[in-house]
This record gives sequence, structure tokens and C-alpha cells, in this order.
Amino acid sequence: MNHAIRADKFLLDADRTTWHDETLWFVREKRDKAVYGVPEFQELRELASQIKNHTLSRLDLYLQEFEAAAQANGVHVHWAADAAEHNAIILDIIRQQGATRVVKSKSMLTEECHLNPYLIQHGIEVVDTDLGERIIQFRDEAPSHIVLPAIHLKKEDVGDTFHTHLGTTKGESDPQRLTEAARQHLRAKFLAGQVAISGVNFAIAETGGVVVCTNEGNADLGVNLAQVHIAAMGIEKIIPRLTDLGVFTRLLARSATGQPVTTYTSHFTKPAPGKEMHIVIVDNGRTQQLGRPDFRASLKCIRCGACMNTCPVYRRSGGHSYDFTVPGPIGAILSPNIDMKKHASLPFASTLCGSCTDVCPVKIDIHTQLYKWRQVLGEANEIPASKKWGMKFMGRVLASTRVYGLGGQFARRALRLLPHGLTHATSFNAWAVARELPAPPKQSFREWYAKQPQPAPQPQPKLPA
Amino acid sequence: MKVALFVPCYIDQFYPQVGIATLQLLEKLGVTAHFPAQQTCCGQPLANSGCERDALPIYQHFVQTFQDYDYVVAPSGSCVYHVRKHFDKLDQTAAVQHVRGAAYDLIDFISTVLKVDTLPGAFPHKVGLHLSCHGQRGLHQANESEMTPVRDGQLRRLLASLDGIELTHLNRNDECCGFGGTFCVSEAGISARMGQDRVADHVLNGTQVLTGSDMSCLMHLEGIVRRAKMPIRVMHAAEILNGVVA
Repeated sequence: MNHAIRADKFLLDADRTTWHDETLWFVREKRDKAVYGVPEFQELRELASQIKNHTLSRLDLYLQEFEAAAQANGVHVHWAADAAEHNAIILDIIRQQGATRVVKSKSMLTEECHLNPYLIQHGIEVVDTDLGERIIQFRDEAPSHIVLPAIHLKKEDVGDTFHTHLGTTKGESDPQRLTEAARQHLRAKFLAGQVAISGVNFAIAETGGVVVCTNEGNADLGVNLAQVHIAAMGIEKIIPRLTDLGVFTRLLARSATGQPVTTYTSHFTKPAPGKEMHIVIVDNGRTQQLGRPDFRASLKCIRCGACMNTCPVYRRSGGHSYDFTVPGPIGAILSPNIDMKKHASLPFASTLCGSCTDVCPVKIDIHTQLYKWRQVLGEANEIPASKKWGMKFMGRVLASTRVYGLGGQFARRALRLLPHGLTHATSFNAWAVARELPAPPKQSFREWYAKQPQPAPQPQPKLPA
Repeated sequence: MKVALFVPCYIDQFYPQVGIATLQLLEKLGVTAHFPAQQTCCGQPLANSGCERDALPIYQHFVQTFQDYDYVVAPSGSCVYHVRKHFDKLDQTAAVQHVRGAAYDLIDFISTVLKVDTLPGAFPHKVGLHLSCHGQRGLHQANESEMTPVRDGQLRRLLASLDGIELTHLNRNDECCGFGGTFCVSEAGISARMGQDRVADHVLNGTQVLTGSDMSCLMHLEGIVRRAKMPIRVMHAAEILNGVVA
């Protein structure tokens, strides 16, 4: 199943599509207001981009610097080549504690590694403590957005979910009451948590510390109540110095939600006395992407989600239509690196309008990379055969003036003479599902031009040598 | 100044009046453009579909056709953007580099090369301006809402200089229309929905004439307007400007 088919399913509910589009557009407008309010915002983007480029060019060195600094702080550092190693390492740490109850704050990496089902399968209770994450955990769904994981759900959907799982009154959809129910429920889970797992927004090579940005404070609550903190990070989360952090925190929340800064920017550097802190550093395909010069810059991503909020396709197709942990434009350039065949349709799920590139706080050339992935997929025969052969045929036609002219005449005549029901048959003309074809004119521009009195003589084009 | 007119393939076949208006408008502005008859297409439909290799002969044909002109002007920013940005796949001979730099969108040519940003004439209608993404974000012909709240741009200035015109204030100034080349059929559902939403913004805010400088967006939007039988006329900016300038 490709993106277009999944998108069509989402589009079936036209009102929900409108609501989804308008909700995310509202977030995009909040972002705009926040951005307009910082006169040096474009300079900040450039600076952030350069810091990330620099860091990626010396990633091995910064990772080693980070590891040494973290170890000096008394933190256990683990390296995971892939998702399986990441999951096994975390289960091992939990088992060493004899623990069975885990509280988690938001981490797209653990989603990517499918950690939750793995731990549950091994007898561990895992509770997502971010409200949106908890909602979709109840529903056994994947996040549809990296910052707003339950953005595909309305408050009525949440009410139904909480009625089933938390016993709230049937039909209750008041956000205040639903949030209060989640608070009470999560408070007990926090207090019982033995191991806290968090993601990492930034890892600082110089200090060996990690920084976690949340709006709910759930990372702090989880970590401070549990005996053990496990922070999971992709290798690309490194920044060199603590002084670099401000560049990113100024960009992150403004780009993500239009807030000047996230409510909590939590620094975790060393374990509290008598407690343990672990950092799991994960590759899982990232070095492969680092080895692709055209797509390397995708690793600069700080996971703000701005490209999703602005993407006119994402807003109308929903995050699940991408069928990848990270949806939207950034997901469409990350996913083919992981599985080119499975995600072959994603780089085509874009008009290449370029808005993603223009909102990206670290200046990833997202739409250019989408275009380049299309070429990689075309060369690898991962595009539909009809398209491939159609384009080959078109290539022949358009490289020849004569064939092109005759073909155009024929097509216009056919369009004029054939009945509307045939030219607009939606079974083979997808254009006509919602659109009329242009009314075919009797003569093309070139036919008209040839009949005009010619002005000054044209320069003779040089023929190929 | 030797100026060639590039009439993109779909305009040549379906919208000859846009090519004619472009030619006549340039003439009125003192530029006699020639139409080299061997021209076909810029190759973008193939390349955007992942078939850049199959487009290379089209690129070469394009360069051979236009290499002896100082400027190549087209009423479609998308094609121009493709020539400028994606002809990097050819060996960068002097001819290739020249053609890439010489390619101009019509409105960009009028504004940047001819340095014209006001025109005499009246167009007493409420006009909705559709910004093409490739013209706006690709060729920087207009401000972007991602960067600034100020709505400004080459075509906006030219249109605003006409007597009696009222420009529609859209809720979303620069959202993509959803055409996207082969996207319009490979993702037909999303493409149509995007176009319907774009047109709805114009209807809501009172557009009588919907215009822009890129006929590919307008072809898609016109298809939606005609299907839904909406009381909106779709015209390329060249048609409006050529119609009002004496």
C-alpha cells in the first residue's frame, strides 16, 4: 500500500480532514508569529545549520568526547548499532535492577526501535507519561506527529478512550476534566516507577550532559522519582558545547509550537547520590545516511515538527499515511534510507513546494532531498512501471520537435472529438476525478505563431557538434 | 537584446492565448521576442517523477534551442526554476551555464531586467493572486510567509499599479495549490483537495478573477473551478497585463 492509498482513506472523512488541516495550520501560524518576533531568526537558523554541519563532519570525535565526559560524571554509556541492540541493552538494565515498572517520557527513538512492545513482551509494564503518548498507548496506535503524537484525535475520541481505560464518564469531552483524569492516573504510575526512560533533545559533548525539552515536566517527574534513569539518543543528537545549546532552544519551541521556549528544559548530567544514570547511544541506520552525501543533512533534524505543520500534504493526509515513525517531509527523506522498497512512495508524496525547507530551523534542504530521492528510486526501479515507461516514452517525444508537434495535434483533436464521458473517465484519468481537462484549442501556440508575419530574422541556433 | 520566448509544452498545446499574450505584452514593453520553433519542453515532468536520466536529451535539446539568445522568457516560473536549478545534471559547458542564467519567468523578466514595476491601465475587478511555489520560494519573486508577514512581490506590485483593481486578501497567502506535476495524478486525492481548499479561500474572500504567473498551477485550479462551476474566471497574469496595456 502506498501513501496515496492511505491518504485517500484519510480524505474520506472530509470534515475531519478540514479539522486536521486547520488545527495544524493554526500551529504553523503560531510559529510564524513567534518567528516574526525575533528579528535575528534567520541568522539563528544559519548558525544552527552550521553548528550541525560542523558536528556531523566530526561526529565520531564528538561522540567520543561525549562518552568520556559522561563517564567522568559517573554515567554508564552504552552503544547500540541497531534497534535490537538498543532494546536488549535497556531490558538488561531493567532486569539488573529487578524492576518491572517503567515510566517513559517522550522519545521518538524508542518508537523507532519499537521498545514498548519489546519490553511488554518481556514482562515489563511500560507507561508513557506524555499525555499525547499515553492516549495513543491506550489506543495501541503509533504517533501521527513527532511533537503532537495524538493530533489525529479529537477531544471526543480522547473522551471515548479515557472512558474505556480510565473510567471517565461516557461522553465526557471536556479537556480540563479529561486532563485531570490523566493526571490522577499518571501520578500513581510516576510514584510506582522504578526505571525512567527518556529521550534526548541535545547531548553536549563538552559536558557529557543530556538535555530533554518537555511541556509537561513528565521527564523530570519520572527521572527524579525512579531509581534509574535511562536516556536513549541517536548519534546525531550531539552538539559540541553548552554555549551552543541556546541557539537550538531558541529555535526549537518557536518552530515546533510557537512558544518562546518549552516549559521545561531539563539538564541531566550526573546521577543523584545512590541512583544510576545510563545513556544509550544508537546508530540504527544513521551512519548509513551520514554516508550519503545528498542526504547527510537530514541528520541535522532537531525533531521540531515544523515541516509537518506546514506541509499541505501532511495536513490533509494525516501522519499515519506515511507509515513510518517520523512522518511528513522529514520522514519522507529519512525513511528510504531505512527501507527503500517499503517507503518508495514517500518522496513522491509532495508537490515540492519548498515550504518545509523554509520553516526548517536547521535549514535542511528537505524538498531538494525529496527530489534527489526520487532519482535514486527511479534508478533503483522502485517507481511504478507505468510511470517509468510512460516517462521514457515522453522523453523520446519531447526530445524531438516533430514528434512532439504531431503528438500534440493528435491529443488535442482526440480531446475535442471524443465524448466528455470518455476523456473524463475516472477509471483511467485520475485528473478528472475532481477537475475538468483544459478545453482543447483548435490550434497550438506554435501553429498560430507560424501564421504570423515574422519579425526580424531569428539568430540561427547552433546545431550540435 | 536577443530574447527568445519559451512556451512550455502544456501552454503551447492547451493555452495558446497565454503564449500570445506573453509575446504581445513583451512587444508593448519594447521587446521583440522570437519563438524558436524547434523548442519542446524543459523536461521537468520526467525529472520530478524520478526519471532525470530520461530527461537529459530534453535538457540538451533545450540548451541547443536557446543558447544563442541573451534571455529566454517563459510564462511559467516552474519551468524556469527547473532549468536554473536542475540543469546542473548536464556537463556545465559555457552554453549550459549561459542558458541556465538566461532563463527568466515573464514577470521576473519584466521586473528585474526591464525594471518595470508599474503599468498604465485599468482592471476594475477583484483579483486573487495565486503565488506559484517555484516562482515564490524557488525564484524569490515574492516574500514568503515562512519569513515575513509582509505580502510583497513582483506580480503583486504590477497588478496593484492597475487602476480600479482590488487584490483579494487571502487567509493563506502562499499555500501550494497541489498541482505538483505528476503529483496531480499519482496523489490525485490530496492534489484535488489542496486545489479545492485553495479555490475556497478565493471564493470566501471574494475573488472574481484568479490569476498568477504560472499556468501549471492555474490549469489545475481552473479544472477545479470549472468542475465545481464556480463564478471565478482564471486568467494568466500575461493575459490581464496584455489586455490593459495599450
